[in-house]
Amino acid sequence: MEGGYIFDEKDRHNAFISTLDLALFETTGGPLEGRAVAVKDNISTAGMPTTCASRILEGYVPPYDAHVITLLREAGAAIVGKTNMDEFGMGTTTENSAFGPTTNPVDPTRVPGGSSGGSAAAVASGMVDMALGSDTGGSIRCPAAFCGVVGLKPTFGRVSRYGLIAYSNSLEQIGPLGKTVMDVNTLMSVIAGPDARDSTTYDRPYSHTPDPDMKGLRIAVPKEYFGEGVDPAVAARVQDAIATLEGLGAETVDCSIPSMEYALAAYYVTCTSEASSNLARFDGVRYGPKVETIRSWHDEYRTHRGDLFGREVQRRILLGTFALSAGYYGKYYAKAQVARENVRKDFVRVLRDADVIAGPTMPSIAFRLGEKSDPLSMYLADILTVPANLAGVPAISVPCGTVDKLPVGLQIIGPHFGDERIVDVAFAFEQEVA
Amino acid sequence: MVNESDVEGIAKLADISISKEELGAFTSQFNDILEYFDILDQVPPGEEGIPDLENVLREDVVTPSLSQEEATANAGETEDGFIRAPKVM
Repeated sequence: MEGGYIFDEKDRHNAFISTLDLALFETTGGPLEGRAVAVKDNISTAGMPTTCASRILEGYVPPYDAHVITLLREAGAAIVGKTNMDEFGMGTTTENSAFGPTTNPVDPTRVPGGSSGGSAAAVASGMVDMALGSDTGGSIRCPAAFCGVVGLKPTFGRVSRYGLIAYSNSLEQIGPLGKTVMDVNTLMSVIAGPDARDSTTYDRPYSHTPDPDMKGLRIAVPKEYFGEGVDPAVAARVQDAIATLEGLGAETVDCSIPSMEYALAAYYVTCTSEASSNLARFDGVRYGPKVETIRSWHDEYRTHRGDLFGREVQRRILLGTFALSAGYYGKYYAKAQVARENVRKDFVRVLRDADVIAGPTMPSIAFRLGEKSDPLSMYLADILTVPANLAGVPAISVPCGTVDKLPVGLQIIGPHFGDERIVDVAFAFEQEVA
Repeated sequence: MVNESDVEGIAKLADISISKEELGAFTSQFNDILEYFDILDQVPPGEEGIPDLENVLREDVVTPSLSQEEATANAGETEDGFIRAPKVM
């Protein structure tokens, strides 16, 4: 049996790149039967255009579904459209889209955050209850924080990346965004689990009922999450949120993550290196706008990629090519991997003595459109989200109040495969402040 | 520090053409970012690579996959079921 979801919402925030007026769904009796779900445009959907918000993939229609899409369909979801994003997931604002920026539903003069800004805006504006995003260095949690919704980056390996158009394989994970922790929990239960086509997945399905009991929970609070560069007003809101959890019976312990000092550089060296390799496939031969076959390979290829990749994508491919080149490999890539291992060890150490880590998701409230015009200053905004990706641990952002009427996100980070625990903490907080 | 000709060389390796006008801005942004990356020189020496990993290789078994028609459906130009590409030599 098939049902149809009529999707006639007005897209005031340019949250979608493509939509379906009538989204068909199977009446499977699954947990998402008949519910509208939006999907980030870097997740392959058979028969629906998938562009990664890039001109280089314009017109591409995947012949297959990503594993998470197969699972959504089996759960009865109505996939209503593909959401806007920073091109190939590269950015913190959703301004780097070939289809124009998404605006923040809370304040349209502001960015929604990135790179899953379209998914967060689709949820925050009420167009859908839930959406899929992908998080390479904070791309689910950042827009969740800026738009005032809930976003979860699962433990690396918990959700299959098969069909996610790769940008940085060792860091990125598909994950849920929703209006409530319960919606995120439901979506996570659908998408998690093993997949023979992604050898980095674990056999750890997610079947969980959030438990708000916080008695005896130990929360580690790293000083680096409240240090230089973090807006004091944002820090104060997050401290209040942690105090709320203490009021529910949790106890806090101070801690330090010394490797944070190198985390951002390690992250950008790693993700640009992986991007330089992954994005070599975009040559206009197998998909996307076609190349002429008259000129020679490199001449055609260079012009094509120079014309159709956006500036940020070009910058990252070049940085990665440089970082991996002979003579610089030891200076950048090899050291970044040592720094990354140190981050992982720091998280394992801190989470041996505590159940979760808490801090702000982003160091500031949402930027104004065009505010971050210098690439390095945009990269620096990711400092609080990238460590979880380097370590592979799960992290969730849940709204915890406002500064200047703009949302602030509380970030809860857990140990590997502690996704259920961080959802519990976010749920307890959400229930308490509701 | 890298100069414009270094960036041009990297762009050639990466198969991305950059216009002369953009080269200056790219080079200056590149240097800002690389200067920031220099912080990695202070990372305490450690063991490279990640321990406790095991291979997850499986038997190479043929399973249902895309048809030739599906696999070439997005290609710009095809001939006799194959994808046409620019000449390499």
